[in-house]
Amino acid sequence: MNATSPDLRLSQLREGQSARILRVGGSSVLRRRIFEMGIVKGAEITVEKYAPLRDPLEIVVKGYHLSLRVEEAAQIMVERVPQG
Amino acid sequence: MPRKTITIALAGNPNSGKTTLFNNITGAHQKVGNWPGVTVEKKEGVVIRHGHDLKIIDLPGTYSLTPFSIEEIVARNFILEEHPDVVIDIIDASNLERSLYLATQLREIDCRVLFALNMADMAQSRGIRIDADKLSELLDVPVVFTIGNRNEGVDDLLKTAVDLAEKSFQISQGRRVKYSPDIETAILRLQEVLVRDYSTSIPCNPRWASIKLLENDQIVRNAIVSGTPTEAAVSLLDMEIQKQRHYIQARFDDDPEIIMTDERYGFIAGIVKEVVTTSTRHRVDISRNIDLVLTNRFLGFPIFIFFIWAMFQLTFSIGAYPMEWIESGVSWISTALDGLMAESLIKNLLLNGIVAGVGSVIVFLPNILILFFCISLFEDTGYMARAAFLMDKIMHLIGLHGKSFIPMLMGFGCNVPAIMSARTLESEKDRILTILITPFMSCSARLPIYIVLAGAFFGERAGTVIFAIYLIGILLSIGTGRVLRSTILKGLDAPFVMELPPYRIPMIKSVMIHMWDRSRQFLKKMGNIILVGSVVVWALSTFPSDIKYSRDYDLDIAGINARYEALFPSANPAMITALESNRDEEIDRLKMARHAERTEKSYMGRLGKLVEPVFLPIGIDWKGSVALISGFVAKEIVVSTMGILYVVKGDTDTEAMSAALRDSGMTALSALSLMFFVLIYLPCMATVVAIRRETGSIGWMMFSLIYSSTLAWAISFCIYQGGRFLGY
Repeated sequence: MNATSPDLRLSQLREGQSARILRVGGSSVLRRRIFEMGIVKGAEITVEKYAPLRDPLEIVVKGYHLSLRVEEAAQIMVERVPQG
Repeated sequence: MPRKTITIALAGNPNSGKTTLFNNITGAHQKVGNWPGVTVEKKEGVVIRHGHDLKIIDLPGTYSLTPFSIEEIVARNFILEEHPDVVIDIIDASNLERSLYLATQLREIDCRVLFALNMADMAQSRGIRIDADKLSELLDVPVVFTIGNRNEGVDDLLKTAVDLAEKSFQISQGRRVKYSPDIETAILRLQEVLVRDYSTSIPCNPRWASIKLLENDQIVRNAIVSGTPTEAAVSLLDMEIQKQRHYIQARFDDDPEIIMTDERYGFIAGIVKEVVTTSTRHRVDISRNIDLVLTNRFLGFPIFIFFIWAMFQLTFSIGAYPMEWIESGVSWISTALDGLMAESLIKNLLLNGIVAGVGSVIVFLPNILILFFCISLFEDTGYMARAAFLMDKIMHLIGLHGKSFIPMLMGFGCNVPAIMSARTLESEKDRILTILITPFMSCSARLPIYIVLAGAFFGERAGTVIFAIYLIGILLSIGTGRVLRSTILKGLDAPFVMELPPYRIPMIKSVMIHMWDRSRQFLKKMGNIILVGSVVVWALSTFPSDIKYSRDYDLDIAGINARYEALFPSANPAMITALESNRDEEIDRLKMARHAERTEKSYMGRLGKLVEPVFLPIGIDWKGSVALISGFVAKEIVVSTMGILYVVKGDTDTEAMSAALRDSGMTALSALSLMFFVLIYLPCMATVVAIRRETGSIGWMMFSLIYSSTLAWAISFCIYQGGRFLGY
């Protein structure tokens, strides 16, 4: 299945799910920080896990692990990619 | 012929193995200081290799060279202003793509750069193979393979750096990032303006400066403008910047800095495609497996708490053995000096001032060594980032970043490096808030005070009492954080974008260097602040030397001697022994009384008496007040002052101190009140200086001083008066 839903946020993904980044919203500082860490448009991203208190979450992008808060992940719009 | 000095700067992402490489190159020949004006740690070392003096500078680890954080500004300014002969960019081979982001920025600056492709062995085990020749060719930069933790390729790396430094410099225009035509046009336009009006004040090269202007980099803009006298020219430049930014915004429907970051990654993606071959996705990711346990939903917190508990156990139970050795060493020195020297003021100073003062503090060196050993173990393995990951939600409740947990944890060791480590926080408000609440983390210098007091008055339950004090410190910092966050430090939190680096086996050498650095700070403090403090306290309690006693003690002692002397002839041998011990006891009691009187009438006693009215409502007498005042110099001194004020014999060991405290009329309740006061009141001088430097404001420093003292008094008041009310 390769259906894309336009309004999917990164924070809506569950553990183990992967997605491709469509666009990043939020403040300019946040956006730049996110971009500089390699979370750019088109990059593939996997939600590795949520922290024990459900926030922040750990993602894998370009082979390395990053943590993001749920509210920040909510600014990142993604589309689901079929899992390999 | 004098050897030439070649300056080599090490740049790279955090966790790229930069520090390991630096430690391997320089070994013990490191100088640790601060970058001018800021408190980011600056490490440098000089080694002689390949016929040259190589001055190696470890730049702060950064992901980028934007003026985002102080680290990035420091790294960038060093390259731009100090012109190192060579910059070695350490690239983590298994994170090639992100590492190249910093690399492309270094290329844009046009410094002589060389890549150290680090930890390629790890990348290979993950199925990543990198064609170094191709990378070198594509970016027109020499590339050397290194394996930092095995010290492989380091010599080759330095050789290449020397060769590069000696080559006459040519700017290679070819292999820099090419942006899309619209952006290139905007860069060109700005470049023209710069070359025309600002040719003398362009930092670096016109292309780089234009790129930064387009990215709205205020530091670069101000640097350029500062060299221009006319306001007309300044507003012309600002207008041109705005015009070009609007031009790009209109074309791409986004900010230029975002578009350009995107395009750099596009450029990098092209390179990565050509140089990296990824074999079948056969990868055993050990880090991931470790994290399955360490950040597990159910196990994560228990394990975290266990680690912190283990750290404290290790620090304090293992540390007790070397502590004993040092204690006996100090008392041996004290006895030896006592026997060797004739009675004099100098002897008094040496014995009761310096040996007693420094001796009662140096015993905590083992504790500090072990504590910092544990903390550097957390840092070097990568667990520190996981701790921040686990704690972020809780820290966020106080309005803080998960990373604030690190300074707060470090605060248990020593507030000074802890406050310095708040630098890792990007937002200034987060930083100030973290700095203000860190002193409530009970530092290791305060622990001896608790040990002595709780040991003397709470016996079996001493451990519980000390634990409660630590806990209340944490609660106070949370409360303070919440209050400040919703009042004077209102604002949004910084984004929590943090790398969770792969777990690494810590290198003993790195951990040792780390531990030694921290302990050296403590020893340095011993060498000056505490030494001076002990001497001052000694002087205040020794002078004036011509005290008028309420009675003539010498005469009374002589009287006792005469009385017993008269009894001896008529006594049998057994009775003589009993009489002698009776006599000695009586004389001792008199000597104690004399000592107490002389302390009371010394300058120190007068000072204590002066402030006593403030401290009496919280159950602290003048001796306690004096100890607290001297504690401003350094918290360690509180114990040594109590040693001088309460203990009669030259003894400084904990047992004698406990006994003396109990004899002094202090109660468990007032000891508790004193402990809480010590926890909360004014941080030590060094911490105050650190607060002043890190917040960059005397105002915040004063705020911290007044707030903590008031709070300390109020809480001790409640404890003491409440306790009395309840009948304790």
